[in-house]
Amino acid sequence: MLEGLLIGLQTALSIKMLIVVIGGCLIGTFIGMLPGLGPMSIIAIMIPVAISMGDPAAALILLAGVYYGAIFGGSTSSILLNAPGVAGTVATSFDGYPMTQQGKAGKALTIAAIASFCGGTFSAILLMIFAPMLSSVALLFHSAEYFALMIVGLSAIAAFAGKGQVAKAILMTTIGLIMATVGEGALFNMPRFTMGIMDLQSGFGFITLAMAMFALPEALFLVLLPKTVGGSGNGAIKDLRISRSEARSIAPVIFRQSIQGFFIGVLPGAGATIASFLGYAVERNIAPKEEQKQFGKGSIKGLAAPETANNAACTGSFVPLLTLGIPGSGTTAILLGALIALNVSPGPRLMIDEPQIFWSVIISMYIGNLVLLVLNLPLIPYIAKVLSVPRNYLIPFIMFFTLMGAYIGQNNATELLLLVGFGVCATALKFANYPLAPLLIGFILGGMIEDNFSRSMQLYDGVAFIWERPMTLGLLMIAALLIVLPTWNSHRAQKNRPGKADGD
Amino acid sequence: MTTLKMGRRVLLSAAVAAITIGAPAAFAGGHQVVDSIHFIIPGGAGGGWDGTARGTGEALTNAGLVGSASYENMSGGGGGKAIAYMIENADSNHGTLMVNSTPIVIRSLTGVFPQSFRDLTLVAGTIGDYAAMVVGKDSPINSMADLVAAYESDPSATAIGGGSVPGGMDHLVAAMTMEAAGKDALDVKYIPYDAGGKAMAALLSGEISALSTGFSEAVDLANAGEVKIIGVTSSERVSAAPDAKTMIEQGIDTTFVNWRGFFGSPGLPAEKLAQYQTALEKMYETPEWEAVRARNGWVNIHNNGDDFRIFLEAQEKVIGDLMKKLGFL
Repeated sequence: MLEGLLIGLQTALSIKMLIVVIGGCLIGTFIGMLPGLGPMSIIAIMIPVAISMGDPAAALILLAGVYYGAIFGGSTSSILLNAPGVAGTVATSFDGYPMTQQGKAGKALTIAAIASFCGGTFSAILLMIFAPMLSSVALLFHSAEYFALMIVGLSAIAAFAGKGQVAKAILMTTIGLIMATVGEGALFNMPRFTMGIMDLQSGFGFITLAMAMFALPEALFLVLLPKTVGGSGNGAIKDLRISRSEARSIAPVIFRQSIQGFFIGVLPGAGATIASFLGYAVERNIAPKEEQKQFGKGSIKGLAAPETANNAACTGSFVPLLTLGIPGSGTTAILLGALIALNVSPGPRLMIDEPQIFWSVIISMYIGNLVLLVLNLPLIPYIAKVLSVPRNYLIPFIMFFTLMGAYIGQNNATELLLLVGFGVCATALKFANYPLAPLLIGFILGGMIEDNFSRSMQLYDGVAFIWERPMTLGLLMIAALLIVLPTWNSHRAQKNRPGKADGD
Repeated sequence: MTTLKMGRRVLLSAAVAAITIGAPAAFAGGHQVVDSIHFIIPGGAGGGWDGTARGTGEALTNAGLVGSASYENMSGGGGGKAIAYMIENADSNHGTLMVNSTPIVIRSLTGVFPQSFRDLTLVAGTIGDYAAMVVGKDSPINSMADLVAAYESDPSATAIGGGSVPGGMDHLVAAMTMEAAGKDALDVKYIPYDAGGKAMAALLSGEISALSTGFSEAVDLANAGEVKIIGVTSSERVSAAPDAKTMIEQGIDTTFVNWRGFFGSPGLPAEKLAQYQTALEKMYETPEWEAVRARNGWVNIHNNGDDFRIFLEAQEKVIGDLMKKLGFL
């Protein structure tokens, strides 16, 4: 390993590679900041450039740099504009955007940058030490376990089921789950609930729904209620630093989520999205009671958890790609395509046949993360200034990117109609104080839950997998605990103190 | 999204699609056959159709056979939207070619869209990929005979997976093979995955006993020793994996090609059609095409005009009969 490490260092630390990694990170960050443009489209755009370089190591380092950069930059639009461009940063907006509304945008961006850096770096260390052994971990989960894991992820909705909101949160989750069934499912040959409309055949687009639930209502709220929505304009830049006590409170979160996120990323059927939701759910549940109430309202832990987890998971997703040649996500599938076009076959032989590629990619992960941190921290005050742009300029800007993001994925004008339609409905729901995040969580997880559940049903000729597979049973029990316990606790606490039931 | 669900196969070509974005419309002069072609792609950017159209356009323009190429992604309705567009605007689309593949046959049979390939002008089938049956490296199964034996001893524990919906391509290939091996395709337990990569992970994790997939998707892992290809649906062995036996060699009389090709609008003038066909035919001889083809691992399978019709009609019959038997029609 040490020998490989040296080869990797030698390759990755050459001037050319450093320029490549810095360039890749820069491009990735800036494009990733635009709402609606995720890492997949950015990597697809960069592939011709990478291939024309001819050198597989340089190409992979460039693309990996773009990938981290995009994930890094992706959290910016979630935090500042409530416009997550990728499913992996949806959870970032849960607490990141409330912080912006409280005038703490600078601090939120700083925490996101540090959490991303730590998540990326810790997981790169894990990747370096354990990659050869981890190929078996990647194959540990069957559909039954994926199903159970996603149920655990669903418990993240509990954060939005605060006082008097339980029914509303459950209702919104259910709507999300129902919306996920529209279109041609992976298990059925027939279109469902499309009402004969051809454009619904492939279901609702994620970007469309994310923009309709988050960015559009936010922009409309700014127009409809200009005075009541938090005046974040000037406070955004002041409050950049993290106090020592804050650092102490998020350090264990970052440590736990680096590890947890990495291992979830290693699983080919899970990825950054599941990692961020699980990270959020787990951290909320183990947080002390007072801090728990802050989740969803601007908790720094609630921001650090998904940001660490999604970056760690991105690194983790390189394990099945590099050691087995199996892409676990859309993005790694595109990377695999680029590698094959460069005559490199990822798989168990890669480390032996072409160690310089394998190790220089891993080394470039450290460098990439460091570059991103150094690049981003000084830029935060300037990025946060976006918020001090007068509203009459900012709102059209948000609208433009929101609409463009929805259109660009499928080149389909129907997405725009859906976006506006859902956006108006979402705004109405927001007025009625319905939480919109559970709907999106239900939508994202719904399809995967259904696929994995019905696959398991087929494999076991029924629901026997629930008790025949101990890991599935264990995960489902954790999910039950995560959902039931907090509710039960707060219920009991209220009973014991009838006088101050509404104490916060 | 329907095309995206085809998974790795498609995403691999995503890379390729991106490579060809902005390919210069170099004009080599002398032997230009067509001034310009506008490609309609029935799926989103980055899909398999997208890669085929842009790769073909790149080769044609770089070789100077076509002056310039433009591309338009028109996703929706599993490809039905683009087909309807080609038919409704037939008169103004003489300069347009639509790319498509095996799913046009499957989806018009299942009624996803009301039209079929008969409503369009058949230009040519250009490339293809064979299907393969694959098992993990540690699997006791080493041949199709072993797989059939395992299936006979415990049908419900011998699940075959694939990266398509039930009734989709991977399922049909699995059913076709088992049927040809003398088993009842209806009893074969088929487990669908939403992407080829996830299906491959399921195979390696032991969740499924065998995987029905595209040959090009399995060949790299097979050469790396991670999986064993126990049967290929080509009529002769494929040079990329000379050890992989064909189905026919093993006494299973079945072949299958997942083709990709081009269609014109209905009523395309014969002269125009001939120009397109000449351009595509000449393309195979050019180094520019060879570069694109090799980069993507495509197999040249050329079916011109009437041959294309005969091929599609035969495929439609085989698939249609099978789907009736499986209860999808």
